[in-house]
Amino acid sequence: MQETTTINNNFKSEEYFINMGPQHPATHGVLRLLLTIDGEIIKKVEPDLGYIHRSIEKMCERDSYQQIVHLTDRMDYLSSHINNEAVCLTVENALQLEIPERVQVIRTIIGELTRIASHCLWWGVMGMDVGALTTYFYGFRDREMINDIFEETCGARLTMNYNVPGGLMWDIHENFVKRVKDFVAHFKTKIPEYDRLLTGNVIFQKRTKGVGILTKEDAISFGVSGPVGRGSGFSCDVRKYHPYSALDKVTFNEALRTEGDTFARYSVRIQEMWESLSIIEQLIDNIPEGEFRVKTNAVIKLPKGEFYQKVETARGELGVYVISTGTKNPYRLKFRSPGFSNLSALSHMATGGKIGDLVATMATLDLVIPDIDR
Amino acid sequence: MTNETLQELLGSWFPNPEASVASEPVEVTEGEDAIEAKEPINPSLLEFTEEGSQFLNVLVKPENLHQLMSKLKTTAETSFDYLFCLSGVDWGTDLGIVYHLESTKHRHSIVVKVKTEDRENPTFDSVCDIWRTADFHEREVFDFFGIKFNNHPNLKRLFLTDEWDGFPLRKDYVDEINMVVK
Repeated sequence: MQETTTINNNFKSEEYFINMGPQHPATHGVLRLLLTIDGEIIKKVEPDLGYIHRSIEKMCERDSYQQIVHLTDRMDYLSSHINNEAVCLTVENALQLEIPERVQVIRTIIGELTRIASHCLWWGVMGMDVGALTTYFYGFRDREMINDIFEETCGARLTMNYNVPGGLMWDIHENFVKRVKDFVAHFKTKIPEYDRLLTGNVIFQKRTKGVGILTKEDAISFGVSGPVGRGSGFSCDVRKYHPYSALDKVTFNEALRTEGDTFARYSVRIQEMWESLSIIEQLIDNIPEGEFRVKTNAVIKLPKGEFYQKVETARGELGVYVISTGTKNPYRLKFRSPGFSNLSALSHMATGGKIGDLVATMATLDLVIPDIDR
Repeated sequence: MTNETLQELLGSWFPNPEASVASEPVEVTEGEDAIEAKEPINPSLLEFTEEGSQFLNVLVKPENLHQLMSKLKTTAETSFDYLFCLSGVDWGTDLGIVYHLESTKHRHSIVVKVKTEDRENPTFDSVCDIWRTADFHEREVFDFFGIKFNNHPNLKRLFLTDEWDGFPLRKDYVDEINMVVK
């Protein structure tokens, strides 16, 4: 008896390391997290990056501006159209090109479709990460419709390359308007289905409410943006504050929640899908007639100077910072990717929680690893 | 705040001691000294330019960097609380950092630049304690440019392995096997 007591007294908790990734289903790519844990409580999360770093920024320094556009959809491949748009806008603004309204409207419609497609995929894997496999099939079913629209108009389903400096690669397909309208009507009946399936689920709510809290002050300090920032009450929608393309012609609400927990970030994305549908509806009937591209020089040379363009991808604020010396290549090109800054807040959000909570928190960060490893 | 008022305010934070000393003797000595074409002395230690950029650009000396950044964040009129981009740049001879700042309260932006000619051991003060996002961004800059940061809590390579030789985003970096040079 006495001996057992002695052993119990000597029982000590000890911190130890555990690897999560690089081949872990919840990291959605090759991200390795080095966890310092005490029992099941997380003390520290240290991301280990670079498994698929391709040094896109260095490649840009030797490429022409038209070529750079095609590299960008290999970063955040779920927001490929918006990434392309960011580089095109930078070039067009630097050259002070007048972009036809038709181009602007089509870009915005496809951009919002991209956002919905990305959120569909996120919603599917979000459910899967917390143990609800059904969501995956529902999300992919609806995303498939968008991908079909893209395939018809852009010629590709994922890395679309539809934007070129000066406009679009070619005009929209004749079925485009009809199919987008069909999709909007279809998807309006599906978001309530998403809510019935997952949002209201008691287990899901217990897994997400009060988990992975990020306050507004910390959100700003960590530079998080997109739905992650807006879930913490940080009003950071680039579409509102620095509207580009046709976004100044539409009205929409910025999805904003103040709780800062996993469920708040989840709700922001669900609401964003409604807002994106509303933006598409406002534009789809009034696509202006006109050219789909303005002529640019075959060799684009940006004037000497520095140019910064930010856009709102499905993950947050993507910044393109170009330093030009007046040649056909950028002297330096920096991509400020949303995932990189969002990931930096992960350790802060997960510390003190359980490993299971880390998975739920990571799911609402919606990380795309090539976006972090540019 | 407009760029002009920002420039005025920031300039007053770092007055140039030479400017106040130099301005007095000019009035006393007229004649032969005045013939020499005098370069206008910058009244501030900061250099401002709006040329070729949509933002107000501020060039700060490395020794004033941390003090300026801290003031930009804490002063009520400026309150630049959102560091949205931190980029390392190799200007050929100089290595440096470009900070893009925005205020979520006033919605104005500014760009702060800092440069050094020391390519062997370039070092700046870290701004991690002011904006926590700088932690990752400065590690990225260290990884690709070899720029060190004083008082950084965890300064080690972020993307590349520890054994990696050289700093790939520098202009003088050569990798004959992997780089396709055109």
